[in-house]
Amino acid sequence: MPATELTGRAASPGLAIGPLHRLAERTGLSRAAGAPAEESAALTTAIATASAALIAIMAEAEGEGADILEFQVAMLADDALAAPAFAAIAAGIDAASAWRTTLDETIAGYRDGGDDYFAARASDLEDIRDRVLAALDGEAGESRLPPGAILVGRDVTPSLFLSVDWKAGGAIALSEGSPSSHVAMLARARGVPMVVGLGRLPAAGAVEAIVDGDAGCLILDPDAGAKSAFAHAAAGAADRAFAEAEAARLPGRFADGSPVRVLINVAEPEELDAIDPAICDGIGLVRTEFLFHRPAGLPDEETQYRAYRRMLEWAGARPVTIRTVDAGGDKPVPGLTIDGESNPFLGTRGVRLSLLKPDIFRVQLRALARAAVHGNLKVMLPMVTVPGEIDEAARLLDAAVAELAAEGVPHTRPPLGIMVEVPAVAVVPELYAGAAFFSIGSNDLTQDTTAAARDIAAVASLCDAGHPAVAALIANVVRAGEALAREVSLCGDMGGDPRHLPALVGAGLRSVSVAPRLVGRVKRGLAEIRPDGPA
Amino acid sequence: MAEQESTASVLLTHEVGLHARPSVKLTKLAKTYSSDIALATAEGGPWIDAKSIVRVMAAKAPKGTVLHFRANGPDADAALAALVALVERDFDEAGAHLSEKTHAGD
Repeated sequence: MPATELTGRAASPGLAIGPLHRLAERTGLSRAAGAPAEESAALTTAIATASAALIAIMAEAEGEGADILEFQVAMLADDALAAPAFAAIAAGIDAASAWRTTLDETIAGYRDGGDDYFAARASDLEDIRDRVLAALDGEAGESRLPPGAILVGRDVTPSLFLSVDWKAGGAIALSEGSPSSHVAMLARARGVPMVVGLGRLPAAGAVEAIVDGDAGCLILDPDAGAKSAFAHAAAGAADRAFAEAEAARLPGRFADGSPVRVLINVAEPEELDAIDPAICDGIGLVRTEFLFHRPAGLPDEETQYRAYRRMLEWAGARPVTIRTVDAGGDKPVPGLTIDGESNPFLGTRGVRLSLLKPDIFRVQLRALARAAVHGNLKVMLPMVTVPGEIDEAARLLDAAVAELAAEGVPHTRPPLGIMVEVPAVAVVPELYAGAAFFSIGSNDLTQDTTAAARDIAAVASLCDAGHPAVAALIANVVRAGEALAREVSLCGDMGGDPRHLPALVGAGLRSVSVAPRLVGRVKRGLAEIRPDGPA
Repeated sequence: MAEQESTASVLLTHEVGLHARPSVKLTKLAKTYSSDIALATAEGGPWIDAKSIVRVMAAKAPKGTVLHFRANGPDADAALAALVALVERDFDEAGAHLSEKTHAGD
């Protein structure tokens, strides 16, 4: 039987081969409902089974995973959770319906009321609900999945992910799912390759599979050719990693020897511990969302200041561009973002949200101005759409600076630039002279130019940075940057993809900021390009 | 017996309020005492069982709430002192670890 290859979306990088394990699909309840006493006993047993499974998983989890599980165990251990279900059973309802209705009401209570943090916990309650339903249905629960397996199914819950011993290898391939899901985040942190949005999966048959978490594809029943390609790719990956590490250490140069700047994108200060500053020309993008995703809630000024200062000190004299919090869209933050917008990508996100919540923004601006004393800091606003947003943010920055001056706190006012990611800006960048610099956010720019969401599998192929319109907009921004004497860089995924580098260089771009692991790959790609015209 | 009842109150300073982790810590601590312990987000109640995480989470107490405790039993005073101290220490979360390591999305 020939290999079947399915393409979806990459959610966590890496390559894996292993036996295929199909996750159980619960289509409906298979057990017959009995008398109230039997139903009550069945629910008690199912809750105990679910608790025991979670406790077993918790024993081996650590960090955030352990916190998630501890919360789930505590909820299940509390009689108050199931009390309405037992009351319903006594009134003649079957155990599964009673449990489902009770939990659904609790989940709705978490979702309602406009508190984002509690809304986010609803997924833990769904996890509990489904685990108990599975136990009622006679499944022991898949608490012990085979190590090293390729898990294939519709979606995966956090507790299921945490129950697997990933040290033995393995990967995840889902017909649905999202790269921004909780499980995708855990997979990236744990280095587990993961692909989502594969669409319809063959009903049965396959026994072995390869997951390519970089290309976003799943190969079912790989034939000899596919397996040798896998082995080659795995070996090639090792060779390439070596060559790229070599290239990373050299300064960025085109084929003609002219210079090109390669900076890095950073999501967390801890990442920098393993990176030699010499491989880059600075940090082109610091995503500050990491500070806002902590279980402890929104960060105070001191926490932010220390994180920013640490990155500036790492970079020394090199520039560090820190982006003000870019929450919203696919990056909800409890206590900050607005839930339930019909189209969050086109909603209250980035600088729009910051200007709507000036109290939270002010804390970040103060922390940035204080950190600016310790290095070469630039501050960047995400999702700018009209020039007035720059003016308003600048006014808030000036106010924060004036406060610090009045308090006698050491500070510097950093230059304030913008992400160019909304097409409205890329079409007429000359109107945005209020920005000290432009940094092109190619992901949103591509998504909004092609009107194709990057997280919807069916249109993912349309959301293509290779569309000539994207390159035309970038060329337009570069020209405006030259006319206004504003530096132009690019910090989206496009800059890290060697296939797109010729188009970027052709558009006149001479500076890209990429994920740290891609610096060598990008420098090798740039070294093959001969730029035309003035650099 | 009302004369054995102890009460205490403390301001909740945790940034996102009494959410999952603080609730787990608070109810776990409360369960280590034999006294009955109740919690309210207003002086007049309604009072909820401070040992029930389901009830404590359902209170959805945001930052800035004054938490009221009352306890009845042999170790009531010790229980309230410990619970108030936990809230005052911000649930020991100042050095909480970071999450979300992603390179996607710009």
